Amino acid sequence: MKLVDYFVIPSVSSRSYKVWQRNKDVFMKDIKLNFLPPFLEPIMYLIALGFGLGKFIENIDGVPYAKFIAPALIAVSVMYAAFFECSYSSYVRMYYQKTFDAIIATPLTIEDVIAGELLWGATRSMINATVMIPVIAFFGLIDLKYSLLIIPFAFLGGLLFAAIGMCFTAITPNIMSLSYPILLFITPMFLFSGTFFPLSALPVPVQYFAIAFLPLTHMVNVIRAVSFGILSSSLLFDIVWILIASIILLILSINLMKKKLVV
Amino acid sequence: MNKISFSIDEGEMFGFLGPNGAGKTTTMRMIQCVSPITAGKLDVMGMDVSTHQREIKYFMGVVPQENNLDGDFTVYENLLVYSRYFDIPREEAEKRIEELLDFVQLQEKRDVMTESLSGGMKRRLVLARALINQPRLLILDEPTVGLDPQARHLIWEKLRSLQKQGVTIVLTSHYLDEVEKLCNRLVVMDNGKILVEGSPRGVIDEFIGSDIIEAEHSPQILECLIKKEVNYEVIGDIVHIYPDNAMELSEYLLMECSLSKISARPATLEDVFLKLTGRRLRE
Ligand SMILES: Nc1ncnc2c1ncn2[C@@H]1O[C@H](COP(=O)(O)OP(=O)(O)OP(=O)(O)O)[C@@H](O)[C@H]1O
Ligand SMILES: [Mg+2]
Repeated sequence: MKLVDYFVIPSVSSRSYKVWQRNKDVFMKDIKLNFLPPFLEPIMYLIALGFGLGKFIENIDGVPYAKFIAPALIAVSVMYAAFFECSYSSYVRMYYQKTFDAIIATPLTIEDVIAGELLWGATRSMINATVMIPVIAFFGLIDLKYSLLIIPFAFLGGLLFAAIGMCFTAITPNIMSLSYPILLFITPMFLFSGTFFPLSALPVPVQYFAIAFLPLTHMVNVIRAVSFGILSSSLLFDIVWILIASIILLILSINLMKKKLVV
Repeated sequence: MNKISFSIDEGEMFGFLGPNGAGKTTTMRMIQCVSPITAGKLDVMGMDVSTHQREIKYFMGVVPQENNLDGDFTVYENLLVYSRYFDIPREEAEKRIEELLDFVQLQEKRDVMTESLSGGMKRRLVLARALINQPRLLILDEPTVGLDPQARHLIWEKLRSLQKQGVTIVLTSHYLDEVEKLCNRLVVMDNGKILVEGSPRGVIDEFIGSDIIEAEHSPQILECLIKKEVNYEVIGDIVHIYPDNAMELSEYLLMECSLSKISARPATLEDVFLKLTGRRLRE
């Protein structure tokens, strides 16, 4: 395959909805269990970091520490939900459960299957954000009214992280190797994207690196601004960055998976 | 795959035979529009596999060699979820699922997760799933592997009745008696090539003749056979003799060569298979 072949727009049909529906049905079987992490995790983080550690930290840019990290917790959850859904979970469905093999014997194509998986990954992100917003709002840390804007944005961000996860699923030689992108990419993002301290605390070259290559930086920027109800034009840059990265990586992930699976 | 060419008639039951690694599954996957063909052309139901995937797959049912049931669902849900991929309306799907569960005798297991089914039950469920869209073309890659005799007979019966309804059936199997019984025509493949094509009777007659005589290996018998100028083959301590007239030759061997233990039997597809593809195990 030539390099340009990886960026050909894949032909995806509306049948990918059936794959989304399949995953949704599985999710609904354990809905209580699936809702627990996005409900409990922010509470634990806020108590430990926001109110515990936060006692020893001065305001950041005039904002109490708990309030500073609350939106970042949503952004992190958006990242984890879609990334894990389209890395480990997709890999298990593809390799161990042979779910994709079964589906491509029907009128769905492999492109439809992957598109359905990506849409579902993004949906998981959106579900997590939706559960977390009222919990965090309960602590009075975000403005509930503006925060509803986060929900559609979580879907967009979810698409981006779903695509990232799917790219790694396509290139990983086995399921164990999926721990490398987590160690080298996801965890650094979790820590160095302006999540728990402002980006400005880092050396300037690192700041530029984060802005150029760490998608979570832009997610955090947008979600933090929206939950404080402060909309500025600089957000446009973050949103355009996410949009462009999403489009490129969605296309790439489908083509990579097609290359892996069509033999 | 290496320059294979075949054509299957509508309403026919067609078998692909061959040793492990011959390329049967690969051929099935090409027909299923799953594996791409790098050169040449393949039409299925009058449509080109490289341009009409969705249309072809809409009318096709597949039993893959490896079970790929959806482990996240129960037996019933497996069929229901699968029906959605074909856009079968819910009510119609529910009706068909009841019929299919009756047919494969899995009604009692309808709410069981697939991982707790036995191997044979899984196989039956895969077959039921392949029929959910009432296919015009059915692809079966070793459908009866691991099934008990009852289940095999059940499935043979069903395949015959499907064929009567006009369904075209393509199958691979290592149970050659099954192929001999069911298939109108077959090919024997090896190393990605087709070695022969014909009806089961036709290929048996062509390569073996109607009967085989088996006798114990001994120097006398070989001498006798050479004198009589008949075809034979030594397999371990048994001699396979391919006579033109089995009765006559048996009598001759018993009388003239003073042999005590010989047996004549009708030649089978298995004899053809072994003759064509050799007796060595495939790596
Ligand atoms: N995914 C794959 N990648 C590369 N080579 C493969 C793949 N699958 C099969 N092969 C090779 O293609 C050849 C044909 O395999 P195929 O599965 O079609 O055989 P088969 O006739 O179905 O055998 P069996 O009776 O064991 O099922 C074999 O040499 C096999 O090693
Ligand atoms: Mg095979």
